[in-house]
Amino acid sequence: MSVRTAFSSSIIKKVWMALTGLFLCSFLVGHLAGNMQLILKTGEEGRRAFNEYAYFMAHNPFIKVLSYVTYFSIIFHAIHGFYLTYQNKKARPLGYAYTKPSANSSFPSRYMAVLGTLILVFIVTHMANFWWRAKIKEDIPLHYKTITKEQMQQRIKFTYILTTKGDYMPFSVKEENSGMYYDLRTGQPLINSADSCMFKIKNHQELYDKDTDLKIADGYKDLHTVVMDFFNPDKNELALAYLLLYVVSMAVLSFHLWHGFASGFQSLGLNHKRYTPLINGAGKLFALAVPGMFALITILIYLK
Amino acid sequence: MATKFINITLKIWRQKNSQAKGSLETYKLDHVSTDSSFLEMLDQLNEQLINNNESPVAFDHDCREGICGMCSLYINGRAHGPDTGTTTCQLHMRKFNDGETIYIEPWRSKAFPIIKDLVVDRSAFDRIQQAGGFVSVNTSGRTMDANAIPVAKSDADKAFEAAACIGCGACVAACKNSSAMLFVGAKVSQYALLPQGQVEGRERVLNMVRQMDEEGFGNCTNTGACEVECPKGISIENIARMNRELIKAAVSSDKE
Repeated sequence: MSVRTAFSSSIIKKVWMALTGLFLCSFLVGHLAGNMQLILKTGEEGRRAFNEYAYFMAHNPFIKVLSYVTYFSIIFHAIHGFYLTYQNKKARPLGYAYTKPSANSSFPSRYMAVLGTLILVFIVTHMANFWWRAKIKEDIPLHYKTITKEQMQQRIKFTYILTTKGDYMPFSVKEENSGMYYDLRTGQPLINSADSCMFKIKNHQELYDKDTDLKIADGYKDLHTVVMDFFNPDKNELALAYLLLYVVSMAVLSFHLWHGFASGFQSLGLNHKRYTPLINGAGKLFALAVPGMFALITILIYLK
Repeated sequence: MATKFINITLKIWRQKNSQAKGSLETYKLDHVSTDSSFLEMLDQLNEQLINNNESPVAFDHDCREGICGMCSLYINGRAHGPDTGTTTCQLHMRKFNDGETIYIEPWRSKAFPIIKDLVVDRSAFDRIQQAGGFVSVNTSGRTMDANAIPVAKSDADKAFEAAACIGCGACVAACKNSSAMLFVGAKVSQYALLPQGQVEGRERVLNMVRQMDEEGFGNCTNTGACEVECPKGISIENIARMNRELIKAAVSSDKE
């Protein structure tokens, strides 16, 4: 066999499934570490930590490269998986009238393609809910906070936008009772609310000085609030449905990893009396812990 | 254990020839000794069929002592029946209950076409062996003593375990993908573990895997069903070794 055909052999096909699958396992760890920031800190601090993290993930060149490897791995793992399943079905045109596969293999190992398809459906809905809004639709609001002060028997609402320089830039000031806006620099009342702003927002997150048109800084997108509101029953009437879909999807992922993690090592030829039991154990722990943590974070957000 | 006699119902795949469409046929068989082997039970059925002027059921068998690898049969949903570590000839009727219905089907795989009834053509395995399952030895009369080459005891043991494969095809039959990786893994391993196998090592694994793929076997998904159903207890460790050998050969072979 020439080396070229060796690379299209059934074994190298398994190696590709293993490499992309195990890479996606490492992606899950990174994604989970990011999600942990949704619950590790609370209030404005937690919101700030998560949005700073989200900005880093969207702008760091290393992460950008990693994200392309991740997109590739997901697409390749799915398409290649479908192709292999098609080939495997073709290898037995007529099935058994009576078969007892539970006697010799685990349930997840026999339904990897079905489980994988369900995970793919979840990834599509997951990306439509978050990735699409952040990357394509770009309708995520900026990270701002409001402070209401009592001044001369009036409630004045100050709005600040958090910039990537790390400070809160004053954006507008509004008198609560009358709904009047004020010029931040002169303190004069304004008719048009837009005139109260100290800067213009371009490209959904770049902040420019209103008068000089010079760029001041970037603003953080408030992905934290988008996520928190998404699973908040007070803000989203479908929150419970999304929560259930999420938890069920994590259960499916758990089954997929239950077989997939250790299977990847076997496909790469890594099998040894000493470390294979460790890999099998680690795979099962991984399959329970990682999807379990993802689900737990979401449940905590829902209950909050 | 006292001999008992049981009455059973058999659902057996009958197929006239490789082209014909087969179907499951039902037969009643009474007074089957629990001491008889599964194949002896089929002999008893065939006697009954011949006496009734019906065509006997064709099934593969040869040594009847679990070493030739000829007997096959997918019995009650499992390759070689409900016992583990046995071939069909080593399976006894004491494993079945009185009044039980027993399903008997041939190995099902595109690479193992049915010849007649329960007999399948396993020559795909022969072609895989011919592609590389051997070592070339000088037989000109100056043959070297094989024992002159030192072999580590642990390697010899593992090679021997792999060489225990009788090529029965239970791994293919049990695998949901009809994959032949346990068979090929064992055959590659038995040489890969020994110094005599090193010379042709890279070519061997490349050629045997190519032949395996050409025969139309499915891909391995590591369900582990093969090692559970293997009558010789061959471990999927051998599949991992074959994977290693192929990856090594693919990146280091001098061929284009």
